[in-house]
Amino acid sequence: MEQWISLLGSTIRVSTPLVLASLAGLFSERSGVVDIGLEGKMLTSAFASAAAAYVTGNPWLGLMAGMFAAILLSMMHALVSVTYNGNQLISGMAVNTIASGITPVLGLAWFQQGGNSPQLDDVARFQDITLPFADSISRVPVVGPIYSGILSGHCILVYLTFLVVLPVVTWVVYRSRFGLRLRAVGENPHAADTAGISVARVRYLALLCNGMLCGMAGTFLSVYQTGSFIKEMTAGKGFLALAALIFGKWRPAYAMLGCLLFAFADSVQIRLEGVPLPIIGEIPSQFIQVIPYVLTVLLLAGFVGRAVAPKAIGIPFVKSR
Amino acid sequence: MTDLAIELIGICKSFGAVAANRDIDMKVAKGSIHGIIGENGAGKSTLMSILYGYYQADTGTIRVNGKDAHIRNSQEAIRLGIGMVHQHFMLVDTFTVLENIILGAEGGLVLKRGIQEARAHLKELNREYGLEVDPDAIVGKLGVGLQQRVEILKALYRGADVLILDEPTAVLTPQEADHLFRILRTLKEQGKTVILITHKLREVLEATDNVSVMRGGQMVGNVRTCDVDRAALADLMVGRKVNLQVDKAQREPGEVVLSVKDLNLTDRRGVRLLKDINLHVRAGEIVGIAGVAGNGQSELLEVLAGMVQPTSGEIVYKGQNLGTLKYRQPKAAVLRRLGIAHVPEDRSREGLVKAFSNYENAILGYQCDRSVCKGPFYSRKALVARMNTLIKQFDIRPDNPMLRVGLLSGGNQQKVVLAREIYANPDLLLVGQPTRGVDIGAIEFIHKRLIELRDAGKAVLLVSVELEEIMSLSDRILVMAGGQITGEMAGQEATAPALGLLMGGGDKH
Repeated sequence: MEQWISLLGSTIRVSTPLVLASLAGLFSERSGVVDIGLEGKMLTSAFASAAAAYVTGNPWLGLMAGMFAAILLSMMHALVSVTYNGNQLISGMAVNTIASGITPVLGLAWFQQGGNSPQLDDVARFQDITLPFADSISRVPVVGPIYSGILSGHCILVYLTFLVVLPVVTWVVYRSRFGLRLRAVGENPHAADTAGISVARVRYLALLCNGMLCGMAGTFLSVYQTGSFIKEMTAGKGFLALAALIFGKWRPAYAMLGCLLFAFADSVQIRLEGVPLPIIGEIPSQFIQVIPYVLTVLLLAGFVGRAVAPKAIGIPFVKSR
Repeated sequence: MTDLAIELIGICKSFGAVAANRDIDMKVAKGSIHGIIGENGAGKSTLMSILYGYYQADTGTIRVNGKDAHIRNSQEAIRLGIGMVHQHFMLVDTFTVLENIILGAEGGLVLKRGIQEARAHLKELNREYGLEVDPDAIVGKLGVGLQQRVEILKALYRGADVLILDEPTAVLTPQEADHLFRILRTLKEQGKTVILITHKLREVLEATDNVSVMRGGQMVGNVRTCDVDRAALADLMVGRKVNLQVDKAQREPGEVVLSVKDLNLTDRRGVRLLKDINLHVRAGEIVGIAGVAGNGQSELLEVLAGMVQPTSGEIVYKGQNLGTLKYRQPKAAVLRRLGIAHVPEDRSREGLVKAFSNYENAILGYQCDRSVCKGPFYSRKALVARMNTLIKQFDIRPDNPMLRVGLLSGGNQQKVVLAREIYANPDLLLVGQPTRGVDIGAIEFIHKRLIELRDAGKAVLLVSVELEEIMSLSDRILVMAGGQITGEMAGQEATAPALGLLMGGGDKH
């Protein structure tokens, strides 16, 4: 029981950056711009936020810096793929390459710690929050452990993500004017264009939202989870988020479920390491580490064979008659 | 004299060295249906794009309701009360009708109120013009006829007084087209002005009050529809006497060349594209397959040409069951050697390599022909000589075998494909949409060639969405709807309404 509670608690924690990144991807891809650069933007913002938090001692300023860095990269992606009709995959690849190059270089120049940032002090990190009454009701059966064990004890970013960002994104995409235009531009930009909507403007705005969310995701990793920037610390999370987005058929709630699933696999993997299992004995850690990735491949290959992407995705919009 | 809704004076527009519109004058009376007719490339679409703000004219004046107007983009056109129904619908398939209609005119940051208002307004428009569109239907699931009405609604919702329709009947059955014309007449009765762009003479004569004829970027006639007849319009369009009637002698067909038994095709998702097709084609006859685009004709052609493997059924060609043959090479190549030639429906995708020159294209599909080879290599001289023969026989212009085929006009590209296939002297010619995007002059020529082939005792299977073409060429007509053959008629007895009924009758099986 105890183990399950802690497993689910960590699932929520691990899933948070994935949810943020896949919602970031959702904005971009729903507008018709492929974004394989989620990984690079997360990495860059993880670095920028850790550096800023270290210098200022304030995690919120770290968050600002992280978001700013990710938005910069997003705008570069927009410039290439929207303004100049470039290839979106190559532009996304460039974002990733730039990120994995520039972060250790700057890190080494600024902190001389092999490309990593120094460990942040507690004040410079986001701290776990214990929800009200968590202690007092922890003994109540069922509700108690769920409330105090799974839901309580995360940092502010976790609550922001699930209670504010996710509902707001869902509302924006489905119930607002911007959302309608976003979806139209991703499905049939020519229809949007003839209806008097600037396709480029909508795509730029989408990538702006994308950058903000990527920035939050990266900040979560360095300023909360590890408490410092570590070289290549995203380790494929951006791609995992992209996979969850596809798994969720480009819908916010389903994408979140995908992220939870991957996060769960990840949490299981951490817990299985070095634990002898009945009959099989101890599984080599390499096999266990591979679980989330194998799951990704299986899910994407099998489950969502019929996922229908936004129709105009990946195609630069050229006004034509 | 009635008031003018639109007046164009001296409009000129060039793209590089090409003059798409030269000194165009046109007057459209308020509350009338005005036809603009012309061949592909005559400049109709460019002119309307200028009126709708996609392009700016180099020189010239546009007047809307008597006032000079500078239309710099489509929003300004909309503001002036000009609406456009594009040939390729500008709709978002995954949206509902309502969402499509409010797109770009949502009335606020939050959708809810806009949708409510649109729903009420739509009800009114629906009633007023008899459009019968369900506001909550997903657009992608509607038929083309209904999608077109959504486009019309979209324009009306934005307050259009002048409605431009670009080739609106290209995708419709004759019945749907008639319904559309009824709607257009209702619009006219309510005081709206309609501009109808088309290349079909029948539609202009049937539906319009006035007609403007364009040719080669110029306006060559502005007339009242009641003052002209079919032949006069066609002559104006082409600029010379045209023979619209295909001369065709009665001929007794020979033995069966191709017979198809219980042919079925199911795609990977389990959709049945062809259902129990039975047909035969005899030597010396043209069998036409009529139907609205997307009812299985394309798939039938692809199966017969060996491009797609049927799920079940038998194809027998000159007594040989093609299904039991051993294929050591790609099937289409083997079939060509057996004498089955194929002019595919989409010449630019399947018929030609546009970046190749004429003479290279002329050998595609017959690349194993030893007569153009010298040892293991091609003889360039032989290839060019072959192309020169084709150019002469089919009057392909310009007559340069080295020219890239993409630089030719649609009609001449089609001639290259047709020439290549006929040159091989096939016993069976499968031909899809032989005159799509081809000018009237070339249509005349291509039709003559197909008849000649038939008179030479060859079998021809013709797939076309142009009913007039099917009716004037075919000895026998089969109609397809929903992947099955819904009826057969003799060529002389067929009428458009009778075929139209069969074309719409696929689902009532």
